[in-house]
Amino acid sequence: MERRRFFGKGFTLLAQYGLISSVFKRASAEPKDYDASKHYYGMGIQVNKCIGCGKCMEACKEENGVSKEPFYFRTWVERYSIKKDGEVIVQSIDPRIDTLGNTVSEKDVMRSFFVPKLCNQCDHPPCVQVCPVGATFKTDDGVILVDSERCIGCRYCIQACPYGARYLNPETSTADKCTFCYHRITKGMLPACVEVCPTQARIFGDTRSTASPLTRFKRMFKLHVLKPSLNTDPKVQYADLDGEVR
Amino acid sequence: MNPANEHLYEMLRQVSGYIYPNEVEFHWSILIVVYPYLTGLVAGAFILASLVKVFKVKQLQPVYRLSMLTALSFMIIAPLPLQMHLGHWERSYEIFLTPNFTSAMAMFGFVYAWYLMVVLLLEIWFTYRRDLIRWTDTDKPVMRFVHRALALFSKDTSEEGEKFDMKAVKFITIIGIPSAFLLHGYVGFIFGSIKANPWWSSVLIPIVFLFSAIVSGIAMVMLLYMVVTPLRGQKIEMVCVDKMASFLFVAVVIDFSLEMLDFIHRLYESEESIKILSDLVMNKLFISLGIVQVLLGMIVPLALILFIKLFRVDEELRKLFYFLGAILIQIGIFATRWNVVMGGQMFSKSFRGLTVYKMDITGIEGLLMTLILLLMPFAILWVLIKVLPPWDASPSPSLH
Repeated sequence: MERRRFFGKGFTLLAQYGLISSVFKRASAEPKDYDASKHYYGMGIQVNKCIGCGKCMEACKEENGVSKEPFYFRTWVERYSIKKDGEVIVQSIDPRIDTLGNTVSEKDVMRSFFVPKLCNQCDHPPCVQVCPVGATFKTDDGVILVDSERCIGCRYCIQACPYGARYLNPETSTADKCTFCYHRITKGMLPACVEVCPTQARIFGDTRSTASPLTRFKRMFKLHVLKPSLNTDPKVQYADLDGEVR
Repeated sequence: MNPANEHLYEMLRQVSGYIYPNEVEFHWSILIVVYPYLTGLVAGAFILASLVKVFKVKQLQPVYRLSMLTALSFMIIAPLPLQMHLGHWERSYEIFLTPNFTSAMAMFGFVYAWYLMVVLLLEIWFTYRRDLIRWTDTDKPVMRFVHRALALFSKDTSEEGEKFDMKAVKFITIIGIPSAFLLHGYVGFIFGSIKANPWWSSVLIPIVFLFSAIVSGIAMVMLLYMVVTPLRGQKIEMVCVDKMASFLFVAVVIDFSLEMLDFIHRLYESEESIKILSDLVMNKLFISLGIVQVLLGMIVPLALILFIKLFRVDEELRKLFYFLGAILIQIGIFATRWNVVMGGQMFSKSFRGLTVYKMDITGIEGLLMTLILLLMPFAILWVLIKVLPPWDASPSPSLH
């Protein structure tokens, strides 16, 4: 074969393989009978209802096969203690990574509360913007996913996430994060954290639906998002959110 | 406890305040410090070379070719730390095949390819073409073939051909200056465009990167010239070194002013992040920023050059001061890169806590590998100098 033709053919095959494999990978994220364009998901969190039991964290790790080590979380819960002198103490409810322990005396505390955190599924996601290879992408139903077959593990998205919601999966060496349990929601189920929450502090639903628990939640409460000044437009909204929460 | 995560437990013990749980792992290691340091040297050395060709600074002619070869040596190694840092280096070609055009990082491949292929290699080729042909007359067989191949088997030694080379070099240099600005300004943009990180997010970062690049590049060529020339048994041309020192002085003053502007601006605006950034500077970066970067890397070299400018200093003392100043600048610029990359990761995006970076000695992201990466460009430069001696140039009509 002529050298030029050989290289030409080789390059075409390589490009075709890349294109076909990427289309195939993307398509496999959803069940066949699911139409992503008909949904747009969001989550509501009622801070006052959270009792800090940590069931959501456990369920998430179990459901999504997240490492049990306390350095990789798709969702976590923070405990805020605001002291009478104004000092704010934030602790993780996971004792393995709480470096403060029982150092805050109850007498000194003015108010305290728990705040569940997870990927905010931003409508203007900085992680998607910075990913050099497009491995992090936004689905038609508004969920931000990571294609672990394409991610090169540069960690730029981890740096760009203002909420600390991403980590490098130690098994795959690729970026990882909350997917709203995409494998469940596309089958009409709830995300694991929502399903196990004993106080229904987390409400999941379709933001476009006129009659869903999420719509009711949005009608009932005054809502806030984390770090609004960054214009990331989160689809995770909080009710009863204290100004100290970042 | 998984033994593989032992280092994370170790880091956890040194966390102060509250950090998000996913922040315990430190994501960008020392290799990411090396990357902007190397690209900065490339851009700086090239800009020094362009002073000769575009701005006709004849005093710098002795270091023109050395600057170009220095830029090339560092350019060849520059992408290595990035590549080695990737979780999946074998997929890095995806940046070229399926680039995400909204990503600053995705543009790396294209900026790099443009700079290496179009600017550096072409300029070096046109600069050396006539000499490569000339050298084949006296070369030994192996080197003769190498030089012939490098000249792409060109045999044209005519006056017209030479004029074309000169024109081409000038044209490429004119394109090269904005390209050098683009190369390192772009590296600054990778950090400066991260709005989630107040330590990085600044419109000044690309410009600060650029001027610190110029500073490091000039200082590096100055060092190399002052080391290599005596090794060759030649006399250092002090007119050339004095001129480099003058440019270096101006570049350091601009760099220093920009960094001070950034500092004062942050302090004056006192945004939400100011408290944690103050803690960061005072507790984690005091030595690397206050002492190494600012005092040793800027103020002392400025004072040394200023002393030479103000007082009549004999040649030997001048050489010593320049040499010392240039070494301090290299250390200072490396500290600058360290402070940007590491500083941006040592505080939590919750603005409520600080973490630490623990460097390994061995391993891909360890100290030894870093030293190897920092020394490799010098090995490449040594080979390049052997193959393309920068001081054996044909008389150039435009300069004589």
